[in-house]
Amino acid sequence: MTDVATAVTTRRRLLVPEALRGNYLVLGGGLVLLCLVLVAVFAPLLAPFPEDAANATHAANGLQPPSSAHWFGTDQVGRDIFSRVLYGTRVSLEISALVLIAAVAVGVPLGVAAGYFGGFIDDVIMRVTDVFLAFPALLLALALAAVLGASAENATLALAITWWPWYARLARGQAASVAGRQYIESARALGLSNFRIIGRHVLPNSLTPVLVQMSLDAGGVIITVAGLSFLGLGAQDPTPEWGLMVAHGQAFFTTHWWVATFPGVAILLAAMAFNLVGDGLREALDPKRVIFR
Amino acid sequence: MLEVKDLEVRFGAVHAVRGVSFAVPEGPFGLGLVGESGSGKTTIGRAVMRLLPVHGGAITFEGTDVHDLGRRALKDYRRAVQVVFQDSDSTLDPRMRVAATLAEPLRAHRVVPKDAVGARIGELLSDVGLEPEHARRYPHSLSGGQRQRVAIARALAVEPRLVVLDEPTSALDVTVQARVLAMIRRLRDERRLAYILISHDLAVVEQLCEQIGVLYLGRLVEMGPTRELLGSPAHPYTIALRSAVPEVGVRERRRRIAIPGEPPDPASPPAGCAFHPRCPAAVDACRTTTPELRPVRSGHLVACHRAEDVMSGRAPIEPVPAAEQTAQR
Amino acid sequence: MKLEVRDLSVAFGEQTVVRIEALDLSDGEVLGLAGESGSGKSTLALAILGLTGQMGATVAGSIQLDGRELVGMPEQELRIIRGRRIAMVFQSPVSAFNPVIRIGDLFLRALRHHGVERADARERANQALREVFLPPEMLARYPHQLSGGQAQRAAIALAIALRSELLIADEPTSALDVTVQAEVIEVIRRLQVQERLGVLFISHDLAVLGELSDTLVVLRAGEQVESGPAAQVLEAPQHAYTRELVASMPKLGGALS
Repeated sequence: MTDVATAVTTRRRLLVPEALRGNYLVLGGGLVLLCLVLVAVFAPLLAPFPEDAANATHAANGLQPPSSAHWFGTDQVGRDIFSRVLYGTRVSLEISALVLIAAVAVGVPLGVAAGYFGGFIDDVIMRVTDVFLAFPALLLALALAAVLGASAENATLALAITWWPWYARLARGQAASVAGRQYIESARALGLSNFRIIGRHVLPNSLTPVLVQMSLDAGGVIITVAGLSFLGLGAQDPTPEWGLMVAHGQAFFTTHWWVATFPGVAILLAAMAFNLVGDGLREALDPKRVIFR
Repeated sequence: MLEVKDLEVRFGAVHAVRGVSFAVPEGPFGLGLVGESGSGKTTIGRAVMRLLPVHGGAITFEGTDVHDLGRRALKDYRRAVQVVFQDSDSTLDPRMRVAATLAEPLRAHRVVPKDAVGARIGELLSDVGLEPEHARRYPHSLSGGQRQRVAIARALAVEPRLVVLDEPTSALDVTVQARVLAMIRRLRDERRLAYILISHDLAVVEQLCEQIGVLYLGRLVEMGPTRELLGSPAHPYTIALRSAVPEVGVRERRRRIAIPGEPPDPASPPAGCAFHPRCPAAVDACRTTTPELRPVRSGHLVACHRAEDVMSGRAPIEPVPAAEQTAQR
Repeated sequence: MKLEVRDLSVAFGEQTVVRIEALDLSDGEVLGLAGESGSGKSTLALAILGLTGQMGATVAGSIQLDGRELVGMPEQELRIIRGRRIAMVFQSPVSAFNPVIRIGDLFLRALRHHGVERADARERANQALREVFLPPEMLARYPHQLSGGQAQRAAIALAIALRSELLIADEPTSALDVTVQAEVIEVIRRLQVQERLGVLFISHDLAVLGELSDTLVVLRAGEQVESGPAAQVLEAPQHAYTRELVASMPKLGGALS
């Protein structure tokens, strides 16, 4: 009974909005994120040269500097960089969403099972997790590219395979902590089946750090995908993937700076936006921020 | 109805419960299990609820051994025997509203048909002295006492015949505790409930139980009807326990029976009678032989070599004089 | 030693947590502070020690120890008073001690900090342990090797070794078994009588307060609702809340035959 702290009473908030209210960085990041999503959705309407994001090439118009016709200039085969950057938003967001959803879909159930049941199940799952953790993303992508051919899909696969163990670990830690709480014991005493207990009690209470991690990871995935594409292991021409575009542009960076720069800035913006939002979410949902009653 | 025989529970090398036996008849009935740290009272409660593995002895409910039950039968057992824990802070899922928390057992055991769940929740809430509007709330916007009431309502939702109450009010404010205890008493009469009340507080147990068992280091040292056990205790520990309870009321410098030291570590219990190092009436036999629980009067059992001496006053259990007063007071 | 609190109010921002009209404590007297959670009793204890400032509280009013005003006193002076003249014992005994220091070293450090010579310090520590019925080998132990009751008594021994005049005990026995609680109460009582130690005993347990206190103050939601001689407050409570508190205490019936 620490009634000292009662003085500074704040009710616990299960919802986030109030905590975010004062945090300008997070709001800024959120705004950028929103713009990115809108761009991705409305790219066909926003892009002045949508065909340039697909198969069109205009050899005659190659390497034009930024102008009123082409805001970001054109690349080496004359495609409008602005349009390609806009469409690239789709590619990046799609891939990171796929990677994260796959990682979470595999990792979280395994982690929760390991954390809740403990013992043998925990050991088995964690050892499997350890094995997958040992895979370096790059090498795996290389291997997959060698065997299956380089493509955005295979890069996605490689990333999902290397990313899920982190979520398994995270979920396991959370689930183990939740499993020890009294409301879980009460649920057991009420005769609820393990399945129900996990589904209705353990999982919902374990998700918060997973969500935070997802938003933090999204930035990392985008960068990694760009990196893989840059190396030629991911998206292939003519897909307007940012990393790929930077790769194209690096050859003539000193003379025609715009080809690599604009996609590069896009990567930076997207990653930063996700990071800011993720940080903000983590702060807002951090239980230590809660002042006890 | 519930019979516990020679119960043994171990945690690794530590013997938390050693050979405890007792029985709980049909309700209304209250059995109090009293003890301090290391007594094993909480462990017994959890063992009865089958939340712990048991290493010896048997727990039978209406003749069937509780630890052999298959999934179906176990679920039925959980309907008949329920529990309320001590910590009101974490006993409710923080992400579920009260209504959802109460609906869950109702649905899981199909206590009422689906369309009657809402109405039953309302009844349960009013049974424990809460308003219908509390159904919409989350645990964090309820007080400790209110959360405990919800926990009790949840246990009662399945219409149990026996409830294990593990220190249900210890974490609550005193005024709240009084109200919750009064509520438990009322519910017991209304629903003809039987309960095992686990507590460190003799006064609480006296109010709500017909029978009391005193536990020390995993063993029952005394068991008997409440009036008699408190009126003429036969075990030195019971006497000391009773004497140690501070009392409000007329302020007199009471002469208290002090026993030195602390309850021993269950990992390394003393030889013979576990209480002998602190017992003012210990003799040689106490150091070597563990006393068995035996009747000294009808229905009154004691595990002490010198029980008769203790009861007749021949044993040297003297109150230690309290510090003397100065003339000023 | 005389502690006088007048018109004290402690507030966290907008919210006033404790308001005390008048409170007096002298040598050899036990003042019981009764209240449930949220009553502000712990805050009052911290305010007397000048520890609420670092939590961001504003303190107004007067707390005088032998005529010296504690409210607003600079930190260096407060540090001399803390321990030396006013000692505090908390609810959780083991966690109130630094876990990586042996008890003996803790005693030595505290005594040295208050200007006691090394040789003297050792002697005082042993003497203090005797007063609380703890064997001298306790000094060689680490806090986690002590049981709850032993740790509490060690904390009280520290107050004795420092020759504190006022002991503030915030729920010192709430986490202890009832038989151990009885021992700690006895220790405090002996100190009160023999060393003329003034004690501010904070508790939610009216029964314990009833046994130990000379004067009783009842706090509710930060307000002082009743005060007076303990016997009087408990037998003939004036305020409705006090009456409710007294009525709520489960009492053991059945006198021992």
